[in-house]
Amino acid sequence: MPTVLILGAGSDMAVAIARQFASNKYDIQLAARNVASLSALEQDLHIRYGVTASTHTFDATDFTSHAAFYTALPQPPDVTISVFGYLGSQERGQSDWNEAARILHTNYTGAVSVLNIIADEYAARGAGTIVGISSVAGERGRQSNYLYGSAKAGFTAYLSGLRNRLFHKGVHVLSVQPGFVYTRMTENMKTPAPLTAQPQDVAKDVYNAVKAKKNVIYTKWFWRYIMLIIKSIPEGIFKKLKL
Amino acid sequence: MEKRLANWGNYPAMSCDETTFSQEEQVQDFISTHSSVIARGNGRCYGDASLAQHSVSTLKYDKVLAFDITNGVFECQSGITLDQILDIIVPQGWFLPVTPGTKFITVGGAVASDVHGKNHHVDGSFSGHIIDMDVITGNKETITCSASIHPDLFWATCGGMGLTGIITRVRFGLKKINTAYIRQKQIKARNLEDLIRLFEEYKDYTYSMAWIDCLQKGDSFGRGILIVGEHATPDELSEQQRKAPLQLAAKRKLSVPFNLPSFVLNTLTVKAFNWLYYLKNTKREINNVIPYEPFFYPLDAILHWNRGYGKAGFVQYQFVLPLEKKEGLVAILQKISDAGLGSFLAVLKVFGKQDSLISFPMEGYTLALDFPVRKGLFEFLDKLDEIVLQYGGRLYLSKDARMKQEVFWQSYPNAQKFADIIKTYNGTKLFRSVQSDRLLLTE
Repeated sequence: MPTVLILGAGSDMAVAIARQFASNKYDIQLAARNVASLSALEQDLHIRYGVTASTHTFDATDFTSHAAFYTALPQPPDVTISVFGYLGSQERGQSDWNEAARILHTNYTGAVSVLNIIADEYAARGAGTIVGISSVAGERGRQSNYLYGSAKAGFTAYLSGLRNRLFHKGVHVLSVQPGFVYTRMTENMKTPAPLTAQPQDVAKDVYNAVKAKKNVIYTKWFWRYIMLIIKSIPEGIFKKLKL
Repeated sequence: MEKRLANWGNYPAMSCDETTFSQEEQVQDFISTHSSVIARGNGRCYGDASLAQHSVSTLKYDKVLAFDITNGVFECQSGITLDQILDIIVPQGWFLPVTPGTKFITVGGAVASDVHGKNHHVDGSFSGHIIDMDVITGNKETITCSASIHPDLFWATCGGMGLTGIITRVRFGLKKINTAYIRQKQIKARNLEDLIRLFEEYKDYTYSMAWIDCLQKGDSFGRGILIVGEHATPDELSEQQRKAPLQLAAKRKLSVPFNLPSFVLNTLTVKAFNWLYYLKNTKREINNVIPYEPFFYPLDAILHWNRGYGKAGFVQYQFVLPLEKKEGLVAILQKISDAGLGSFLAVLKVFGKQDSLISFPMEGYTLALDFPVRKGLFEFLDKLDEIVLQYGGRLYLSKDARMKQEVFWQSYPNAQKFADIIKTYNGTKLFRSVQSDRLLLTE
């Protein structure tokens, strides 16, 4: 059975993605900072889908631990999905460097650090799939979340470059740009219902895109066009908007 | 997030602040920072039992923790729904020990309502199959309880509408099956007398219930169809079914896409529907083998069927009367028939004995009726309440959206004991709902 590694397995989106792959008979490696919090999901995947699941301690911002984390996995995964992220508080981050650093390091530096290691191993193997869950927030900076957005912008650019490099090695890199999703992260935001996806919708889109070897997907699909419009607003007008 | 919530009856609807959790610490954090909250599952109770200004949705707390395939023991977090459990256990030859008429409820909801099914007269209600469970009580402590450990908490939580705390984990026993099919028998009854006699005649069947046409008068008063069933054995299946006796083919679901105008369901259409439903069985008795889904969950095949009652919503009125008070049943059906308030769906069942603190079932007849919310309905239901009280019956809290508090206190013999246990485990009234305030359990 193929194996998928899920980095940041504690989130609602990660649970949905893990179940989607497990229902298609993938063994699942769950990685998160608080490994004890994953044991219920580990049992759940095993009992529901009859697959093997395992849990592993992974801290996105503890960069020096990443190499050891990866080599300690029971087997190198066929698919790696980077789901972790930290929305944080834009307002606090503007004046509190600790908060700003946490946003940048979780969403960007941490992802680069761990995916560099995995990319090298996949390149040497000449096989594998890397999926990065970025965000439409990275496509244009807005006053309400530009710390998070700029980190995701960096991550999106990183994935694009990684895809370019690894294509020649037979490794598939998929960038995922979700719009609004009903998760704990967005629970306190009022998001318009027709534009907001369920985590299961995102998980299905990710799975199908992995199978179809897509490069970049938006989920829900219409976010591609929403972002096209948002990106086309002239900066002179955009800067005056309250977004 | 602040949103407009209503349960299955779409009445009442109110603005609620609902949060989710997938780890126990998250719900601990939430209740530590709020002065009142109620747990909410899949919103399939009909009225206001899981509505409150602040609610915690258990739907993301939905992990399966253990499944002992040899002994049929299932352990899970409280937010998993019965349909997910069936998908896991049926292919392994196990079934829910007790299931209500919809599989879209959570396990936590099944406990808090202490749900019953078509097999109540044989297997009792859900609480009788619980091995143990965890409840986060008012002092934010997680307590494991069972019929022998903290029995007061256990019995006040079964059927306790979430007022002792938030149910987080449940372990319960399953029922062995050899096929995913039911051997079903349907028998037409000419009137209520006939129907009650049939219930008696077929009481050895594990599953039984009856549909009643409550708009008939005279000789046909209370005519209906008794439906009984047993889990089918492999030799009762067709050759095709026997190839994979525990697998069911996936079926397409229909959906009511929006609220129908409320005039769609009127006396005339209900009459026509009931007439057709009764006459579709051209023979007095029909025997067949059918998949378990249409037998247990006929309405689940139509998603959002509650929208058929229109925007104003509906209430389901379910009461139980003691076995010897059959005349009360006649009196109530008479009142409904006289008022011309035909219920689209009227379901009759005979409950077996039940000994519990606050659960709804007791030995006797239970009837469930749907009434669209309209002017004069609540006054009419108050009159029905009087008859229920007069005959020593009571109403199902999971269906209730409007009962007056004195009706509750007079009809549930253990109401005071229940209130005392709530004080022990929920002394600060941390867990409260619109319903519990209305019934003066947390006011």
